[in-house]
Amino acid sequence: MSSQNDSVKQTIKVALLLCVICSVVVSGAAVIFKPMQLANKDLDRKSNILAAAGLLEEGKSVEELFKQITVKAIDLETGEYTDAVNVETYDPSKAARDPQMSSVLDGAEDIASIKRRERYALVYLVEKQGEVEKIILPVRGYGLWSTLYGFLALEADANTIAGLGFYQHAETPGLGGEVDNPNWKALWPGKKVYQGESEAPAIELVKGNVTESTPNAEYKVDSLSGATLTSRGVTNLLQYWLGQEGFGPFLAKFRSQGA
Amino acid sequence: MATETPKSVMIAPIFANNPIALQILGICSALAVTTNLNTALVMGIAVIFVTAFSNLFVSLIRHHIPSSIRIIVQMTIIASLVIVVDQVLKAFAYETSKQLSVFVGLIITNCIVMGRAEAYAMQNDPKMSFIDGIGNGLGYTVVLLAVGAIRELFGTGSLFGITILEPIKDGGWYATNGMMLLPPSAFFIIGLLIWALREWKPDQKEAPEFKITANTKAKEAM
Repeated sequence: MSSQNDSVKQTIKVALLLCVICSVVVSGAAVIFKPMQLANKDLDRKSNILAAAGLLEEGKSVEELFKQITVKAIDLETGEYTDAVNVETYDPSKAARDPQMSSVLDGAEDIASIKRRERYALVYLVEKQGEVEKIILPVRGYGLWSTLYGFLALEADANTIAGLGFYQHAETPGLGGEVDNPNWKALWPGKKVYQGESEAPAIELVKGNVTESTPNAEYKVDSLSGATLTSRGVTNLLQYWLGQEGFGPFLAKFRSQGA
Repeated sequence: MATETPKSVMIAPIFANNPIALQILGICSALAVTTNLNTALVMGIAVIFVTAFSNLFVSLIRHHIPSSIRIIVQMTIIASLVIVVDQVLKAFAYETSKQLSVFVGLIITNCIVMGRAEAYAMQNDPKMSFIDGIGNGLGYTVVLLAVGAIRELFGTGSLFGITILEPIKDGGWYATNGMMLLPPSAFFIIGLLIWALREWKPDQKEAPEFKITANTKAKEAM
């Protein structure tokens, strides 16, 4: 290398040029691919919602299938629908981090270890001829290593589970990661959430096979073998989001209508 | 290095001078992304792209880089390329990029890329540097695919997501080996691969740093 290269002037010149060129390349890539990335993200979320409700069909476009779903915002305190936020642009996960839009949970009520809960949540309704057929709720909670994010689908009685699926987690592959196993997910449809008139969700994961002879079998699901803490996390997050702090008030309306 | 031909530069890093097996570089990501073949392949392609083009660009401007900031210049080029790769993956292979998560970004810190830029591209012309980058990326990919194939086959009973050994949990006969899906298994597999490679090519064996003395007799120990 020539000594001319090592002069202060040359050093600054090279550094400056490199920075400019690289920043143009990087920001160019970010701008060009942004729309496609957003579309992918949106598609991913929609297909997860559909998958939870068991509406995902091979060979049909997600966008097409998603048309049967109505998105609504609700106020978690009262369980009423709300116009306070725009469902097209509202981002619950962002709101959960915003002190204006969320509240801090204290230890006793925060069984799902989510720390903050947003004030407004989005729910997804499958409607046919004005009648609600399925209610899809976003749920999240801490498992063993990570927060599990998923969707829970309920039938119109707001009591029978239609499906459960997690789209984001970092549990141990092969153990807690089996929350993604289709065979395990197949155990969920048909299970019931609330027992009798009780407001507290009864659904839980238990050790061992759940057969018809198990007492209260319809409120119990076989937990994941070798993944006690992930299973406990799933129970906790369901209890939380279906309870009074979560979607309880919202679901109570459906149940009183149905009864 | 007068005998270097484009072909030898391309082929040598695959077995004879493999960046993972001989130089033991880039182990971290090799542990993380080899749970199945799909992610291993995408990661391999990403690394080939980055090593090839970082070598090319570093080589192109090698006569103008002041030696005092040469590492920073190399890092900037590598980092820019990695960001582009990450953006492309998020746009075109969203599912895979979700599985690879931070490990695409961590290609920046992959010693193979940096090592080739500093050791090869700084001294050689752009064409050879580009080929050297592809070769080293290929060497990395080959090991990744080998490890990924073993882990996916024994961990989940499938290859590229196609079931080969029907696992018990889906009603088959094969009891999946959960350890294969955890990072430590990649250590064992890479270790065994290195062993096998060195038995095949004995010139890769290193001289032992010290000799273990012969067994002491029982009466001396007493």
